Order: sequence, then structure tokens, then C-alpha cells
Amino acid sequence: MRSDRRRLLSGAGASLMGLVLAGCDRLNRSEAVQATLAKAEDLTQAAQRALLSRTALAKEFEPKDISDDFRANGTINPGDPAYKALAAEGFESWRLQIDGLVERPLSLSLADLRARPARTQITRHDCVEGWSSIGQWTGARLSALLEEAGLKPEANYLIFHCADTLDPNAPGEMGRYYESIDLVDAFHPQTILAYDMNGAPLPVKHGAPVRLRVERQLGYKHAKYVMRIEAVARFDDLRGGQGGFWEDRGYEWYAGI
Amino acid sequence: MDASPSPAEAPTGGRMLIRRHGLLVRITHWINVVALVFLLGSGLQIFNAHPALYWGAKSDFDRPWVSMTAQRQGGEPAGITKIGPLRIETTGVLGYSDGQARGFPSWATLPGHRSLADGRRWHFFFAWLFVLNGLVYLAAGFAGGHFRRDVAPRRPELSPRHLWREVKDHARLRFPKDGRAAHYNTLQKLTYLVVIFVLLPLMVLTGLAMSPGFNAVTHLVFEIFGGRQSARTIHFLSASLIVLFVAVHLFMVVASGPLNNLRSMITGRYAIRTGGTDEV
Repeated sequence: MRSDRRRLLSGAGASLMGLVLAGCDRLNRSEAVQATLAKAEDLTQAAQRALLSRTALAKEFEPKDISDDFRANGTINPGDPAYKALAAEGFESWRLQIDGLVERPLSLSLADLRARPARTQITRHDCVEGWSSIGQWTGARLSALLEEAGLKPEANYLIFHCADTLDPNAPGEMGRYYESIDLVDAFHPQTILAYDMNGAPLPVKHGAPVRLRVERQLGYKHAKYVMRIEAVARFDDLRGGQGGFWEDRGYEWYAGI
Repeated sequence: MDASPSPAEAPTGGRMLIRRHGLLVRITHWINVVALVFLLGSGLQIFNAHPALYWGAKSDFDRPWVSMTAQRQGGEPAGITKIGPLRIETTGVLGYSDGQARGFPSWATLPGHRSLADGRRWHFFFAWLFVLNGLVYLAAGFAGGHFRRDVAPRRPELSPRHLWREVKDHARLRFPKDGRAAHYNTLQKLTYLVVIFVLLPLMVLTGLAMSPGFNAVTHLVFEIFGGRQSARTIHFLSASLIVLFVAVHLFMVVASGPLNNLRSMITGRYAIRTGGTDEV
């Protein structure tokens, strides 16, 4: 009977598909599988670093290209009391600490930061979710600040400590936002600590008073509400050990793709 | 495709086994199958992180040309898919399924639950496999003569009369069973050319054009797609065409003799009729 056979086949097809789906999710939970998949991330990073010269610039756009609906993602209004107090007084007593493996730790007010060598750039912000917005950023060049502070030879990475707790349910400090970059990106000419967006002071939802712009990587690397920049030799001893809030939750440390 | 029979496979009873697919074509074909299945499932997972498409460099959030959203309709959540001016209710499949707002349903994504981080890890792993496998296939195809000998159409095959006859034969699902089945037909050749040299490379290029890192390597090459959001749109459209190709491809495999086709793609051996009619 053809219809019996068809029913049998479609039943078998449905169960097979169920098995395949369950199998895929099981594969996804396997640590060995995840470790294998993660190897491709090293390959991706190596390929990008091989192709990308240290100073290759991200594309810069025209003022007419600026988004009028630049999306704010992650924390958009930090509930942390210390941050709220700073915001209430217009970040008057906010100080950016640059410390760790540096010769001369710095403590800079917003006015100090505005007096440092600056750069303005109109760039595209690429979110890991898939959308893009274009904005104009003005900020202090990170390379000049690092030269002022004097990195010690053992410094390999910069950690950006942020004021916002993005996941209030995470234990201890695990919910607090942080990010890290290496020195190639730290000294890149377009890497700035932005205090102005589209010609006005950076709004709270975009990371006031200062956010990092590291233009050749995805949005989550662009830490908002930056309080402290710490030069370190390694970051695997910090929180989840992966070098950032989202990295600790499975996202790539090198977010070039 | 090497259609010359070896002495060991001399005709027996009007049926002859020929060598149809070379070893490298078979191996790269099946690796590609695995890679594309994982790339599709993980790609839909990634798409679900922002189930909307735009043209240009940036997202105009008010004006996506495709979007899948969950909206309340008469108190009940409904999946709404918009394509240009079209608004289609797609509850249970697109926009809203399994009791939650999501672009594609969980049976179509890898993993089934929502995890952009996991989806990306699967996607880039199999993207590497896909690219390396594709490079091996292309290098061997050019060097070994596979493209020139088997895939490039001959001039007479491109005559309108010949093409029209093949279209009619395909429409009636009439396929040759004799020696002519040892070679790809012209429609097959043209389709494979588009898939091999347009759609699959387009997936890689538009994929790279979404990468802020590769964007900094060279602005020019990636601007040809019209910006990151256009590249994302073309990536999606090209993937859709590949899915369509696979559906037609599988249908043709079944319609023209599934076991014979499957065997020829696994062992390389394909049976043809040696005498009489070429009808089914």
C-alpha cells in the first residue's frame, strides 16, 4: 500500500529529524565539541591579524551618513549608585584611572581628558547582533595617553573597567561590564576614548562620560562608562578569565568578524 | 566524470556501470553537504539575533525591507513577517514560535534554543571547513580538468533549440538512461556553474563584508555590495537561493533514479543502459 508506505516514511522522517535536532543540541552541550569549534576562533584571529596591517583604518564616513537612530545596546542607564551619583553632578568628580603595569599612573578629570590629543571620526558601529549604526566620535587618542603613562615592557593587554552592572543576577563582580584589548588595537590611530558623540557630550545611554572606540571590532568591545584602564600581562585571572563580560559568556575575545 | 568503461565493467544484459564522479568530487561534495547544513542552522540562529534586513551601510531601524516580529493580535501573540510592502501572518514559523518571539523556529536553528554566541562558534568553524574544502575543489577542478571537461557547456548545447528541448524534458521529468546520462545535461551544467562560481563565493565575500576587521583590510572590495547591511541582505538572499537549489537538486536526484545517483556520488559507479530506448 502506497499510503501506508508514505505514512511510514513521513513518520520515520519526522523521528529522524527529531533525533538529528536532539543530537545537534547534545553536540552543542559537549565541552569537547565546543573546544574544537573554538579552535576556529584562533584561526580567524590569526587570519585577520595576518591580513590587517597594524594601522589599517576602518572606513570613515561623511556627516550625511550619520544615523539619526543610533541604537543603544547593553546597559543604557546604569543603576549602580556610584555611577548615579557621578551622573547627577555632571561627572564633575569623575576621574579616569590609568594604572597597572605603567610607569606613571594617571588620574584624569573630564577636562584633563579633553585637553589631551584628540581625534574625530565618523565610523560604523557593527553590533554582533547584525545591525549597524553610523556616528561621529571625538575623543582622546589612547596611544597618546599610554605614552604619557609609560607602559611597562611586561604589559600585554589593557583592561577597561566599567561603572555599569549589566547582569545584576550574576554573583559578585561577574555582572559588571569590562573589556580588554591588546596593544595592537590600543595603539591604533582610531582607538580613542570618546567623550563627544555627533558633536555633543556623550549621552548616558551611549556610555557617558567616556566610552572606548576600537573601530575594527564589533560593538561589545567598545566598553561604555569607562572608569579605569589597567595595563596587565594577562587577563585569565580576572572574573570569568575570558577578557570581557560577553567573552565570559561565550563570545569571541577578538571580535573582528 | 570519466565515462569510459573499464574492461572489468563490460556490458552485462544491457546495463553497464561507468565511473561517473571522481574521488575528489565525491569527497568535497559530502564535506560541503555537512558544512552547508551546519552553516544554514547556525546562520539562522545568528539571523534571529536581529531578524530584520536592510540595504546600505547602516540600519534604518524604522525601515527594514524584511522583518520578522511578534505582535499582539486580538490579545494573542502572532508572528508577523514583512517583506517590502507585504505583511504576512506567519505565527508558528516566523516571528513567533514555540511560545516566544523569534525569527526562525527552533527546529531550524543551531542550537535550538537562543544562543548567538554558540551559533557564531558553529558558523565560523564550518565557514572555515567550507572555504578550505571549496578551495581544494576549485583547485582540483581547474587543474584536473573537471570544470572544462564536465561542467563547461559545449557550444551546441547552448543553442536555443537544444536548451528548449532540455527544458521540456525536465518539465516532463524525462531523463536519459543511456550513455547521455553519463554526462551532466546543459541545464545541470548552467545551474552548477551559477552555484559554484556565483552563489557559494558570494556567501564567503558577503560574509567577510560584514566583518569590521576585514572591512579595514580593504574598503573597496567590500563596498561593492553597498555596505555592511546590504552585504547581510545579499548573504541571506544568496543562502536562500542555495536552499532552493538544494531542494531542486534533491528532487532531481529522486526523480532521475535515487539509488543510482546516490551510489554514483558515494562509490563513483553509475549504471547506464546500453541498448534500446532511453525512456524511463
